This record gives sequence, C-alpha cells and structure tokens, in this order.
Amino acid sequence: MSEKLTSKELLNQLTQKHYTDAKLAKERGGLVAWSTSIAPQEFCETMGIEVLYPENHAAAVGAKGGAIPLLQHSEGNGYSLDLCSYARINLGYMEMQDCCFENIPLPDLIICCNNICNTLIKWYENIAKELNIPMIMIDVPYNCEYEVTQARVDYIRGQFEEAIRQLEEICGRPFDYERFEEVMKISSEAATTWKYAMDLAAHVPSPLNGFNIFNYMALIVCMRGKPESIQLFKTVAEELEELIKNGASQFPVKEEFRVMWEGIACWPYLSHNFKTLKSYGINVVGSTYPDAWTLLYEANDLDGMARAYASVMNNTNLARQVDLRTNIIKDTKCDGAIYHLNRSCKLMDFMQYELQRQVFEKTGVPYVVFDGDQTDPRNFAKAQFETRIQALVEMMAERKKLLAME
Amino acid sequence: MDRLNTLLEEINAVVSHPAQVVKKFKEETGKKVIGCVPYYCPEEIVHAAGALPVGMWGGQTRLSKSNSYFPAFACSIMQSVMEFALNGVYDDLEAAIIPAPCDTLKSLGQDWISAAPQVKPIHIVHPQMSHIPAGIRYMETELEHVRSEIEKIIGEKITDAALNQSIEIYNEYRQTMREFTEIAAIYPHIISPKIRHRVIKGAYFAKKEWYTAVVKELIGELKKQPVLKWPGKKVILTGIMVEPDGLLDLFDEYRFAVIGDDLAQESRDFRTDVPAGDQPLARLAAQWALRDCCSLIYDPAKKRGQMLIDMARDGEADGIVLCMMKFCDPEEFDYPILKKEFEAANIPLLYLEIDQQMQSIEQARTRIQGFSEILLG
Repeated sequence: MSEKLTSKELLNQLTQKHYTDAKLAKERGGLVAWSTSIAPQEFCETMGIEVLYPENHAAAVGAKGGAIPLLQHSEGNGYSLDLCSYARINLGYMEMQDCCFENIPLPDLIICCNNICNTLIKWYENIAKELNIPMIMIDVPYNCEYEVTQARVDYIRGQFEEAIRQLEEICGRPFDYERFEEVMKISSEAATTWKYAMDLAAHVPSPLNGFNIFNYMALIVCMRGKPESIQLFKTVAEELEELIKNGASQFPVKEEFRVMWEGIACWPYLSHNFKTLKSYGINVVGSTYPDAWTLLYEANDLDGMARAYASVMNNTNLARQVDLRTNIIKDTKCDGAIYHLNRSCKLMDFMQYELQRQVFEKTGVPYVVFDGDQTDPRNFAKAQFETRIQALVEMMAERKKLLAME
Repeated sequence: MDRLNTLLEEINAVVSHPAQVVKKFKEETGKKVIGCVPYYCPEEIVHAAGALPVGMWGGQTRLSKSNSYFPAFACSIMQSVMEFALNGVYDDLEAAIIPAPCDTLKSLGQDWISAAPQVKPIHIVHPQMSHIPAGIRYMETELEHVRSEIEKIIGEKITDAALNQSIEIYNEYRQTMREFTEIAAIYPHIISPKIRHRVIKGAYFAKKEWYTAVVKELIGELKKQPVLKWPGKKVILTGIMVEPDGLLDLFDEYRFAVIGDDLAQESRDFRTDVPAGDQPLARLAAQWALRDCCSLIYDPAKKRGQMLIDMARDGEADGIVLCMMKFCDPEEFDYPILKKEFEAANIPLLYLEIDQQMQSIEQARTRIQGFSEILLG
C-alpha cells in the first residue's frame, strides 16, 4: 500500500493534473472553457467541459516572476496600465500563448460571473470578441441591501436556465440533470471541507501558516466541483488538527502577532512579504478567502445556489463587508490588520478607506495600509511595505501592553 | 440671429448656474429635487413625481475631502461628485439615485451612506443580461424600488398615468435632442463644439417640457440660417464626456466640427426611446433592453465599433475622437478593440485623455493640433 500523500504533495499533484487534463482535452478535440474564479462551475463540470481559470493562471505567472512580458504585450495593444493586471496578463497571454508557467490552451467558450467585480465583464467581452467564441454571462447584481433580494435570486436563476440552454447548444447534447445533482453535492461538500480546514487557523497558536492559504486557494478555485478537492482539504484539516494536538504549527517561528490580511496577495512579492512578516513573528490567521469559496447550498436548490453565488463578499454591501471583517478579526483573535490597497482592484479599493474606519471603530485593532498590486510588480515598493509593517508591530505591541495592564 | 442668441443665452444661464436653477425651482414650486448620478437613471419616475431630476456629472473643483474615500486612481467624475457631496454642494437635493454599472459606482453608492447622510441614496442596479425575460422582469423590480423610494420622499403615490405621461414628455425630449445633434452638424459655424455640449448638458438641470420647447425653437431658428460650407474638419466624439470647456474650445480653435457623438453624457443618454405600451415600468425596462453600444452595457459582440464606423461613414467624418475618461475601466477595455477596428476601417483616431480636474489644457492642445495636422496632411 502506498503511503498517504501530504497535503503539499497532493496539492502539487492535483495542480499538475488540472493543467494536464485541460491540455489533453484540447488535444482530443474536447471543449475547454475559461472561467472567472467564483463563477458557477457546476454547469461546465456537469457537461464534462474542462475549465481553466485565468485569474489563477495570472496569479501563478505573477508569483513565478513572469508577468512583465505579458503585461507589456497587452499595453502594446492599448490596454491601460490602470487596468486590472490579471486581465492584462491574460489578454497578453491570449495572443502570445507562452509564459513562464503552464501554457494553457485557448478556450472554446468562456463563462463570466461578475460577483467579484464588473471589470470581469469587460475583460471577458474582449476575449469573446477577439477569439470569436460564445460567452456565458451570469450577471449577479451588486447587493446594495444586506441580504440578496428574491428579485435578484429570480433573475440569477433565469440566467442559470439561459446558461444551460447555451451549453446544450454548444455541446450539442441535452444537459445531464442527474450528473448536475451529483456535481452540486460534491461542490457543496468541497466548500464545507474547505471552510472547516481554513477555520482551524483560528486556534491559538494557529496551526496554519497563513500564506499557505494562497496555495490552497488555487485548488478551491479550480477543482471545487471534483471529489479530489474534498480529499485535499480533508488532508489539510487532518494535518492541522494533528499540529493543534501537538501544539505545533506550519508557521516556522513563534507566533508573536496574529493579523488579518485584507485583499489579494501581492503575488510577485509573496516571498518578500512572508519573510518581512515572519521576521516579527506575524502570522496571517484571518482573511476573507475562507469565506469567498464557502458556497453552500443544498443539491437541486437552484435558489440557494443563486443566493450563494450572489453573496460572495465583493458583491455585498459595505455594512455586510464591515461585519465580515469585524467577525474575522474577533473570531481569529487578530492583533492587527494589513490592508492591501491593490492598484488592480478598484472595487476593493474604493470602499476600503471607509471599511478600515468602520472595522477599526468596531474592533479597536490597529491597522496599516500598503500600496501594491496583485501581479504588476511595478506597483509595489518593498521599503514602504517594510516600514508599514514595522509601524503595525509597534502599534500592536503597544496595544498588547495596554491590554495586559487592564 | 437675435432670437437664436437669446435662446443660447437662456441655455447658457442654466448650464452655468445649476445651483441657482435648483433653488429657484424649489422656491417657485415647493417641490423636491432629486439628483441623478450617471448612468441611465430612470428620470421619468422623478419627473412623474413632480420633482426635478438633476444630473450629477461632477465638475471642476479642487479635490481634497474626496481623498478620504477614493485613492487618486478613481475617475474624476466620481471624485468630484464625492467632493461636492462632502462640501454640501448637493444639500438642496432630497435624494440621489445612484446606479451601479461599474465598480467605481458600486463603491460610490456605498461610501455615500456615510459621506452624505443628508442626501438619501436610492440605489438601482441595472441588469446586464437585459435581453432575456428574467432580465426584464428584474429591471421592473428595480424600477419599482426607485418608484417606492421616491413615493416615500414626496409622500404621494406616483400613478401609472403620470408615469406614462412623463415617458411621452421624455420621448419627445429625446427625439428633439437627436434632431438637434443632426442640425448642429449642419451649422457648425454657429453651433461650436462647446455650444453643442452646453445645449445638450442644459437638459440635465431643467424640466424637460420647458427645455424641449427651448431646443425646438432653437432648431427652428437654426433652420432659418444659410448653410455654409465648413472649411475645417469633421469629427465624431465617443467616450463618457468632454469637459472642461477649455478642451471644447480647442476643437473650435483647430476648426473641428462635431458632427455626431457617442458620449455617455450626450447621445447615449437620449438615443433610445421608451417603447409604446400601457405598463410604464415594463416600458422603461423594455427601453433598457434596447440600449446598446455602450461600454457600460454588456455586449460580447462589441457592436460599438461598427456603430461608430457607420456613423463616421454616413456623416463623412474625417476622424473619431476617443475621449478617454481617465481611470474609467469600461472605456479603457473598449479602447484596444475600437482602435483595431478603426485602423482596419482606415478611420483616423485621436485618443484624448479626459480629466475634469485637468489643470492645463496644453497637453490636449498638442494632441488636437497634431491630429489636425495629420488630417490636413
């Protein structure tokens, strides 16, 4: 009997499988789709379409230091430097079809859900136009109300039906509702397992090295409709529980401070950011990522599925976003918060100042902001990041002292 | 020419002093004023309530307080709208309708709640999949929400009959404005780019029935004038808007006539009529489904490029000016596609950056001058 794989081994194996399967499908003449990161993958999974995720791909390209040639290619085509760097990397890749990471096949169709931003609509429109391929759009209206209204749920459901109709036309066969039910069950279980594993980070000291979330995330994006992802997150959970039992952690140094990381990682500087935080014993124990893919609904409950996809944090109103961060900080016992003012993400940035003020008012936890970008390495300065973290450490230490005196 | 000049002066007074117009309206009628943040607010509902809908397209100001909500890379319209809100410029408004077709507007709508609590926000989120039945039904519920919010403000019901009547008034206004843009193309020696812009902009601060009458009379006066051969070049403008006025003066200085536009503040707003019918909200939802060729409306076929190419050919334009609102994602994503299509169609294109807060127009001058030389070359 072979020895059980560690989560790290499993993660690498599954990532490889994800890219290989897409390439093989393309070679065999099968369909490949590109999808936004929190789109309802259930439909393509049901129809056996291999789905690739440009945001994930761009993040990996950025993390491996290969963003610049693709960014420059897009800029040469007229894409402004002010636009999302994931989009610029992907639109550059679409033409160059060569990058420092896995080369992915071009799509036969695309699926776009704007529950994380409306920028995606524009980006995907351009892919559809340039490649002359069908686009499936799931428009999830921004929730100005705290809860998703029934009118919005009905609208999204109507689009699910339209997506099924489009897929039947593209695939030339009827939609398989039995398989759909199965995929929905798997997806929900994957989401539950993911959430369970990530929530273990709340333990003091945290068994999780917060930066590992950025690695695990790749799989909850790509494979949350496949049973392998359940296996992976179960393994992650088992390892974390084992660490808790032994009073140990993935975090390599003593956990001096626990913080919430707001926003997307700065992929090109992941290692720098981690080392800077580690040097002060700062572990990221809170982030919005666990919640982002906790898409829970009962199988065959299309209203529930619509509501789940519409409730993704970026799509909720400011009051609910404030509550989410406040709860993260409280539940994971954070000493501070780091806000990434991500040059690529207007939706996250343009509410962030008010978010910071309101979260601080509710938690009293000190915070710092740094200027960065998810994948454009030109929009980040190491020195600024280091200075801000140093300032945060001073504030957190001061607050700890005061709290100890009380 | 006297009557024509008088009409233009009347319009100019409205555009130059919107705050006075609002105050006067409130004093004379005792009715409410409701702001309409871009884009595509259902103004007819405000009108049917007897209130005055007022366009909120920002303006030239010094940005200072807005920095506490927006970093520097937000578009200048929303920056100045926020600055005005924080400075109390909108305090005469009872409420502001805030749509959410882009990420900046979603944020503005939320930030507004703490930034300007004195002006009630009325949120509306238009469907992007407006061509399917579920999209139209959803749009109706959004419109119903706007109607009920305004009813709360005025303390009265807005009847279907009143709404249908307002729709007719607005359809007439839209037809009149379209006719004006056609006439303006014939009389560029009288209707300069700046005057053209101001005639269109004035409608955002006036009761539409009055404004339509003024513009109709203006059209009549223009038609009496001799048609002269235009010695300069002809262009079509596309983008969100063209301001400040100094920029429009440059077009005049370099002898460019604006013979048509696809600006969100201008023709995009009035190019689609509300279809006939009995149910006013269904009619308004149907109008939304008909709107297209706009960077803020989902279109995987991206028909905007071909529309502009057709406009340029039909109007015998010498070129297209893409007025790029700085930091506007939707427009910036359309640009590479448009650029490619115009190149293939052999239509000269000028990319002109728009920032309402631009301190100097000299950079724009260089670009407009350069474009003029290319076209003359």
